[in-house]
Amino acid sequence: MLITCPYCGPRDVIEFTYQGDGNRTRPQPASQDLDAWNAYVYDRLNPAGDHNEIWQHSGGCRAHLRIVRNTLTHEILSTAFARGGHKSAGHKAGGNQ
Amino acid sequence: MAEYSAFSLLKNALAGNQDWKPAWRKPDPKASYDVIVIGGGGHGLSTAYYLAKEHGITNVAVLEKGWLGSGNVGRNTTAVRSNYLLPQNTRFYEHSMKLWENLSHDLNYNVMFSQRGCLNLAHTPAQLDDYARRGNAMRHLGVDAELMSVDQIKRLVPALDVSGSARFPVLGGLMQPRAGTARHDAVAWGYARGADRRGVDIIENCEVTGFLRDGDKVIGVTTKRGDIRAKKVALAVAGSTGQVMQLAGISHMPIESYVLQAFVSESLKPIINTVLTFGMGHFYISQSDKGGLVYGGDLDGYNSYAQRGSLPVVDEVMSEMLALFPGLARVRMLRSWGGVCDMTMDGSPIITTGPLPGMYLNCGWCYGGFKATPASGWCFAWTIAKDEPHEFNAPFTLDRFYRGLIIDDKGQGATPRLH
Repeated sequence: MLITCPYCGPRDVIEFTYQGDGNRTRPQPASQDLDAWNAYVYDRLNPAGDHNEIWQHSGGCRAHLRIVRNTLTHEILSTAFARGGHKSAGHKAGGNQ
Repeated sequence: MAEYSAFSLLKNALAGNQDWKPAWRKPDPKASYDVIVIGGGGHGLSTAYYLAKEHGITNVAVLEKGWLGSGNVGRNTTAVRSNYLLPQNTRFYEHSMKLWENLSHDLNYNVMFSQRGCLNLAHTPAQLDDYARRGNAMRHLGVDAELMSVDQIKRLVPALDVSGSARFPVLGGLMQPRAGTARHDAVAWGYARGADRRGVDIIENCEVTGFLRDGDKVIGVTTKRGDIRAKKVALAVAGSTGQVMQLAGISHMPIESYVLQAFVSESLKPIINTVLTFGMGHFYISQSDKGGLVYGGDLDGYNSYAQRGSLPVVDEVMSEMLALFPGLARVRMLRSWGGVCDMTMDGSPIITTGPLPGMYLNCGWCYGGFKATPASGWCFAWTIAKDEPHEFNAPFTLDRFYRGLIIDDKGQGATPRLH
């Protein structure tokens, strides 16, 4: 699997660290809403198809990335910096190459 | 008289093997059943078997979307063990071990259960201390466990590199002598035949496409072969749990699905006579009766529903094998495959009533479901029949995550790919 880092270009998946489901919203640190914390920590959409994910290019520029990847085909549909504002991707990087 | 016996073998051999009955029928689905079990893998089939055998509930259908046993029951590395740290897990898996010990007789089907032991190698003094602690915890609950010295290990597995110059020198290990392996397809076929002979309908190529509802209550399923009603609908669909639950309108579960790969080498003469695990990475290996080395390692590290693996993990698994057995460097790999694992947030399974009325849920087997097959079905059948859990599966609820009652044997936290 190749992931196209917005800084570094297409790189092998072994340079990246998977940081999990990108659909979750962390409650404010002071929040005492237990249901919201439980949902954040434990609940997953876990789709068979397009999945929003956070990855880090830990073996490269160390940027955190927001990636949409298909969990059935491993095709990567988009990559962008997790914090946005820079190069918002949307380009096809192609999976399974 | 049992269907398979020395006498029946002889009789059929003389008759040209023309009179054997198929191991299970191919019935069409009826309009309704007392219980529908979704998933014709090891856990679904053992559930149906124990529903019939232990609770006399025989008006049961097992619905399988593909062919029987096409999922993880035939995709694992066949290890059976009960060497857990936490008492909830130890009690449950030890119950499973006791069922394994009599399974071939119980099913009148040879599942080739071989108690060749399972040895966890330690490579640091701290790890050896940790194993001693786990071994003591196991013995405290009546499970067998023995610490082994390097000399003992060297005598048991001469091919293992136990020299001080190994990349990760072996300092000792924790052995569970009663652990071992079983022939995984035979487990599926044995349970299927046992359930079928007691009246259970096993319906293959019958994918569930939705649930029939009466308000909240689940009253049946829609399938590719028509609607089927049931008083109780039980799920045992492992890696597909999230997808099937979404059909029931439940969008989120404390589960992520990952692919786990497994590998078989070409056949060798006997070289490894136990189940061996590497402590400095994630690697386990045994040798099948046919001679092939059966081994595996970590999950592919990201969510996946593809029943095939990626090359970086292949590379890592082979490296770990060679760290332990440098002499295997020129052995050729014969086959590899992948199975989709339903990884929970604490690494322990879920066997429970609900979460909807009329529904029963069995999932979250991570990559340890094969050894649980007998107890999983046994406990799930109890839960379905009595509408309450047996004490062995009472801790494995779905709501434990939200009530502070997680059962995290490895202490990894809510990062499912690390369990």
